[in-house]
This record gives sequence, C-alpha cells and structure tokens, in this order.
Amino acid sequence: MKSEAIVSGTTQIETRSVGKKFGKFHALRDISLGVSEGEFLSLLGPSGSGKTTLLTLLGGYEPVTSGQLLLEGQDMTTWSANQRGFGMVFQGYALFPHLTVAENIAFPLKVQKRSKAQIADRVTHMVEMVGLDGHINKKPKALSGGQQQRVALARALAYEPKVLLLDEPFSALDKNLRGQMQEELRRLHRELGTTFVFVTHDQEEALALSSRVAIFNQGELQQIGTPAEVYERPANRFTAEFLGDINILSLAGLSSAQIELPTNADAFDTLAIRPEHMRLATGTDTNQLPATMRDRVYLGSKSRLLLETRAGEELMLYFDNGPGVPPPDPGTELRVAWNTGDSFAI
Amino acid sequence: MRAFLFLICPVLLFLGVSYLLPFLGIVQLSFTDPDPGLTQYSRVLTEDLPTGVIWRTLRLCVMVTAVSVSCAYVITFLWVRGSPLVRSITELCIMIPFWISVLSRAFGWLSMLSNRGLLNTWLQDMGLIDSAIQMTRNEFAVVVGMSHYLIPFAVFPLATAMRNVDERVLTAADGMGASRLRIFWQIFLPMTSSGILGATLLVFVFSIGFYVTPALLGGGQSVLVAELIYLWIFQIPQWGMAAAMSVVLMLGVGGILYVLMRRYGEMAR
Repeated sequence: MKSEAIVSGTTQIETRSVGKKFGKFHALRDISLGVSEGEFLSLLGPSGSGKTTLLTLLGGYEPVTSGQLLLEGQDMTTWSANQRGFGMVFQGYALFPHLTVAENIAFPLKVQKRSKAQIADRVTHMVEMVGLDGHINKKPKALSGGQQQRVALARALAYEPKVLLLDEPFSALDKNLRGQMQEELRRLHRELGTTFVFVTHDQEEALALSSRVAIFNQGELQQIGTPAEVYERPANRFTAEFLGDINILSLAGLSSAQIELPTNADAFDTLAIRPEHMRLATGTDTNQLPATMRDRVYLGSKSRLLLETRAGEELMLYFDNGPGVPPPDPGTELRVAWNTGDSFAI
Repeated sequence: MRAFLFLICPVLLFLGVSYLLPFLGIVQLSFTDPDPGLTQYSRVLTEDLPTGVIWRTLRLCVMVTAVSVSCAYVITFLWVRGSPLVRSITELCIMIPFWISVLSRAFGWLSMLSNRGLLNTWLQDMGLIDSAIQMTRNEFAVVVGMSHYLIPFAVFPLATAMRNVDERVLTAADGMGASRLRIFWQIFLPMTSSGILGATLLVFVFSIGFYVTPALLGGGQSVLVAELIYLWIFQIPQWGMAAAMSVVLMLGVGGILYVLMRRYGEMAR
C-alpha cells in the first residue's frame, strides 16, 4: 500500500511520479510526495532503498528518468543544482581539503560574487552559529569528525538556501557525538526555519528529528507521515518491522483465542503489536493469548521477555523490574495481553 | 623479523662491491688525477666549458620538466577522468611508448624531425616552407625527445593524485554554482598539487642524468653533463675531471631530491 503525501502548510517541493533508472536498475519508482516549507522531512530506508537517490534528484545532482519535480509550483525538473540553489551536506562532508574552515565557508559566497565585507561578515556569523570559533584558520584534516560536520553545515547554510539537503550527515560519528549533533541540527532548524530534507538509515534518528518521515524500500515509497503516525500506524509489514521491534501474529493462528480484532482486520492476514504495548495478562484483559516463556534479558530498570505462542510465533515484551513480582522464569506457561486499540492489522 | 635481517646481506654485499667501491674509486680519482687536492673541482666549477654545460643542463632540464609535467597533466586528466573509450586510447598512448627502448625512440624522433625527415618533407610537399627547417642537432630536438621519454614517468604520480580526489568535493563545488574553470583552478589543481610535485621531482632528477637522447638528438651541438662526462672519459681522457663532474652531479641531484622530498612530505601530511 502506498500512502499519498499529506501536506500541511505551503508545499515547497513536490515530486510527481518521479522515477530513476541506472542502466536497467530501477533505483526509484513512481515517487509522489510533497515537502512543506520549513518542515524537517527524513527519508528513511535500508541501504539501496533509493533514499539517497531521491535526495540527489531533489538537489539536481542527477537527472530524473521520469516524472516531474516542482519548486513552489514551478517545474524545476531540468534545472541544474546551482539553479535550484539548495544547500547540500554530503556524506563524508566533501570539504575542500586544501582550504581553511573560513575559506571553505566563503567558497559558495565567492562564487556568488558577494562583496568582501559581506563574505567576512557571513563567515564570522556562520562560524559562531555552528560553534567553531577559534578553528577558523584550520584545515579540515586538523578537525575532528564532529567539527568537520559543522563546517559542512556552515558551508551549506552560508548562502541562506531555502532548502537544506543532508545525506547521512552523522553516519561517520560515534554515538555520543551523534546525539549532540542531532540536538544541534534541531536547534539550527528551529532558528533558521529552513526546510530540511534529511537522509538516514537510522530509525531512531529519523523519529527523533523529523516533523515527517518518508519510508523507502526497494525504490518505492512505503509510507509518509509524522513519526507517531508511521510508528504507531505502519502502512505495511515492511514499515512496521523497519521501525523498531514488533510482534507479528498470523491471523489464521488466532481464530480460536479470545481476541478482539481491530476494525480493518478483514482485509489483512497478520496482526502487529509493538512490544511496549504488550504485557503479561491479568484476569480482566480482553485480548489474551497463551504463550511459553523462552528467555529473558535483564536490562536494568526493565527485562526483555522472549515468548513463544502455541503456533510457534515469537513474541517480545518488556517487564518493569519494579518492586513486587519478579519476572517469570523460562519455561513458565502464561498469557500475554494487549489493548485492541494498540494492535493493527497489516 | 630482526633474526632474518642477515638474509639481506647478499644484496648489501653486492651493492657494496658493485656500487660503493667503484664510487669511492671515482671520488679518489677526483681528488688525485692529475693534481692532488681540489683542483679538479675548482676547474669544474669555474672553467667555461663545464660551467656552460652545467647551466645548459639545468636550463634544459627545467624546460623538459615543465613540458613533460604539463603534457602529462593533460594526458593523465584524460586517462583518469575521460569516458571509457578516451581512457583506453590514452592508456595505449601512455603504455606503448613506455615499453619502447629509449634508443628506438630517439631514432624515431630523428626520422621525424631531421632535415629530410617526415615533418620537413611533409611541410615542403604542402608548400608551406621552401627549405627544410633545422629541427635536430639543437636544443629543441633534445627537449622534444627527452619530454617524450619522460612523460609516462610523470603520469603515474599524477594519476595517483587525481584518483584520490573525492568526486563529491567536485560535485559540491559544482552544486554551489562554481564554473568548470573555477573548479579546475581553485579545487582540482590544488587538490592534485602533491602529484604535480612528485612528477616534477621524478622527471627533473631523471632528466639531469640523461645521456642517449641528448647525445643523439642534440648531435653534439648541445652537450649535457652526462655527455660531457662521457667525452672526458672516452674522447679526451681527463678522468679526474670526469670524476669530479660525476660527484658534483650526484651531490646536485641528491640536494634537489632532499629539498623537494621534504616539501613533498609536508604536503602529504
């Protein structure tokens, strides 16, 4: 199932049935979506899903094979990257290695033939904004990964583009630094009001940062929506499984149990419930399913329980290690439960 | 590892016997034949003939280096960044001459450039010139022949540098609206400067000791250092002078190498 773009606010960029082929390989098929002004849209998917390809098409770095690209209602399909004037942060940063931080940031401004005073002004401003004061005369090699990332951001934002495209900007950073840079990116987005289109393969990153997430698989758009929408109401099994852990139950195996199905269940054959929405049953629960404890993993405040249904399907849920009952031991026969509203058929 | 170092000994022995000992002999000769002391060196560095040859050698080698490295830059650019067809053609054009002996290539240029050679005959047949233009037995021929020989040596360090250029950096510059000319002069060229320096170093050092090509194409009209040493040994025997000139040549090359290598190391860092 393909969801249509849900656009709030003014649509700034629109793709209409965009396709891209590399030789005989279909990198993207029939992508139609809209990007609103000032939004933070993440393109999320596994490698080879076409997310980066879409970004390069949007930026004008590759021509589309079919379909149309619009910028504020104007057809920009054949415009060069420069004509579109979007900022771009490349994977691996693509800084000019022989130029200093200041020269890197000044480069696009020099190309635009701005006055010297204006360039100096702008460089100082950008350097302050990304917190690189004191590193202005260093070359990229003398900087850490996070600092190089900041230079790339500053360079891409220096000429105040309407749209900033980011291609997996944090993939080379370690986990702590990544969190810090994510915060910084959110701050920049808030302060500037620029539209951000952000490519990532990290689900958590996409959910945490974006106003909307577009999920890709094998060159096709699977779903687009707010983080809550795509996480809680995935359109299909791929999206459900790609965005975090999920328990999948075949509807055929459930007929005998005491289960209340969600309203749309007739058209589908599987039921999905996030682990955090599943719990060990108490007597009064509506939906109950017998299962056997297989294993448990102690995680500090919680334990992760792995269970198996009669039909042999694996389930996972979290158990709070608070005061009171300890988690059941492997081998125990028990029942799991969930609220009908938290389950969905896919 | 250390325990197996003795395995290198035969090589060291071979180098000692075949290079170091004869070289020491030459050094000894330079200080003793015919006059003991520094006489030979002062003659090499003050007399008109040797100093003239040294200056001519330096001048020609600078020219040859400039010509070779610039030609090689264009050729390498085609080889590394051209379409697949252009790449294969360029590769053939680099490799084939590379495999042909220096002697054959010098004679090739002779038959091309001599007064009754291909080029002059063709120009006369076309009616563009009345009498043959002198294109051999002069410095022009030497520069052409030497550059032709040395271009492939310049290509390899340049190719390494060009292949190391991150394509995304060029894409980024292009996306910012930089013209192709600006991208080349301000991004690509500086990013390949270590290759240019490496190629310059290699070609210059090679060219200084060249013998066959200048001897054949220069026709005795533009004698370079290596040919002068040959003359002093076989034609007008003054072995002490030849030895002193050899030592000067070696120290010169060593000095240039040292300075440029240090610069190269700084750039590579």
